[in-house]
Amino acid sequence: MRAKVLIIAEHNGAQLNPSTAKCVSCANAIGSTTQEETTKEEIGVTVAVFAANGAAVSAAAAALAGVTRVWRVDHPTNQHALAAILAPQVAVLAKDFTHILGPSTTFGKDLMPRVAALLGAPQLSNVMAVESARRFRRPIYAGNAILTVEVPEGVPIVATVRVASFAAAPTGGSAKIEPLTLNVELPTHTRFVSLSSGSSDRPDLQTARRVISGGRGLGSAENFRLLYSLADKLGAAVGASRAAVDAGYVPNDMQVGQTGKIIAPELYVAIGISGAIQHLAGIKDALTIVAINKDAEAPIFEIADIGLAGDLFTIVPELEKLIGP
Amino acid sequence: MSKILVCIKRVVDSNARVRVKPDGSGIATEGVKMSINPFDEVALEEALRIKERGTGAPRVTENTEIIVASIGPTDAQQQLRTALAMGADRAVLVQPPAGTELSTEPLTVARTILALTQREQPQIVILGRQAIDDDNSQTGQMLAALWGRPQATFASKIEVRDGKATVTREVDAGLETIEVELPAVFTTDLRLNEPRYVQLPDIMKAKRKPLDTLSFADLGITPTPQVKIVRCDPPQVRQKGTKVKDARELVDALKKKGLL
Repeated sequence: MRAKVLIIAEHNGAQLNPSTAKCVSCANAIGSTTQEETTKEEIGVTVAVFAANGAAVSAAAAALAGVTRVWRVDHPTNQHALAAILAPQVAVLAKDFTHILGPSTTFGKDLMPRVAALLGAPQLSNVMAVESARRFRRPIYAGNAILTVEVPEGVPIVATVRVASFAAAPTGGSAKIEPLTLNVELPTHTRFVSLSSGSSDRPDLQTARRVISGGRGLGSAENFRLLYSLADKLGAAVGASRAAVDAGYVPNDMQVGQTGKIIAPELYVAIGISGAIQHLAGIKDALTIVAINKDAEAPIFEIADIGLAGDLFTIVPELEKLIGP
Repeated sequence: MSKILVCIKRVVDSNARVRVKPDGSGIATEGVKMSINPFDEVALEEALRIKERGTGAPRVTENTEIIVASIGPTDAQQQLRTALAMGADRAVLVQPPAGTELSTEPLTVARTILALTQREQPQIVILGRQAIDDDNSQTGQMLAALWGRPQATFASKIEVRDGKATVTREVDAGLETIEVELPAVFTTDLRLNEPRYVQLPDIMKAKRKPLDTLSFADLGITPTPQVKIVRCDPPQVRQKGTKVKDARELVDALKKKGLL
């Protein structure tokens, strides 16, 4: 059976979130498993952009290699991504598709199950690998087990794509952009109030090639400055363990782990982080993990590629000096 | 009387070591400690706090009833008793047909909870944002969709007043605040609160609180599994790493890997 994939774009109104390009890679993988029966041109990958004004985001989506069509659904109520508002619109668009994908970010995790329920379809959460168009792998128990699951033909598959498991699809595509107006009654019971962001000039945690994270071992918000300083030398993003966020050292958007961000940088440096299972679940895909911790028995050393047991308050400034200007 | 429905799941305790069965059929649970899913414990605590604070003026504390529900095997009564000891007023256990206890899919769970909401007419349903066993993070959102009501997922702050709730949500970009009309479904982040400890007298009191058992058939639910579990594997193990003894060796090691 031919795969027809619908991807729900994640964006902030101005820019397409890189998670969408990862969904496109997953869609391309689904397409490539069905190639015996069809040609590559016939595998449809449609990206739907819901926005107040989706011009820039749609153009970015259309440029992703593998995307065959972009549906631009502009409506004032689509200014903020509220699942209750978006889901009925997605459900209307989703008929005739074999797969409906969103990223396993808080955007996708909020929206996609609502879509699945409206469609009466099953959802596969955090898809990490495509074995065939109907068979996928996904982690359970915070990554302590990997489940292979299959959905029989004839049922649409709703899925969230584990963003750390897929490379971003490159640009170079030139899909056509079709504006759409949907005739769907939208609920008024849910209203956006505000968004507060702990934004910084550092690289985005989710896409950075290098990430430095701090844990409870840092001891205070003040001490996180040590990490910021080192990170700026390395051009790295700064993350944190749940313990550090719970302790109020840093805001929640810096949390790395099972309920925070799941990342796959080239270099991950865990400083003063003991390595709770829920934290490890967020970093297992990093290419190289470095751990600095005063407790030589900390579980973080079991998965670190390079471990250094010692006092972070002397090691981190030393590192900064050694790395140079 | 206003009602709050809290849904809890019996899961492998978060401190237990998870082992994949050698035959690849699933996770070994024999003799493993089971607990209330930690996110659901936060959900129950929040319901208790909403009840204790009251939901408007004048305070309606004593008029709020907290019903705790679980879908699972007979053993899930243990977790429901713990929830009653924490302060829930009564409990409902919905038992799936024999043989399907471990694989009730989120959509079936959501349909079952929907049937409970139709019986109980709660103003608020609170669930954990995900269960730590299958990590699906689906049930609350699916319930809200089927119910046609608002959802506020990954909540780290909930304020209920006059038929509305203002909820702060933990999202990737930071903290998002939304306002929803009740009835509504909330799913909880761990930072929402710290669940209370159960006191011995409460455990005794909980034994006298009502715990009803229903079957799927009682609620008119026929489980319709749509996802086939092919196999369960242990994850790939990372290669054992090396230890360095100081900052200089670390920098050298990173340079050797081409990372600096």
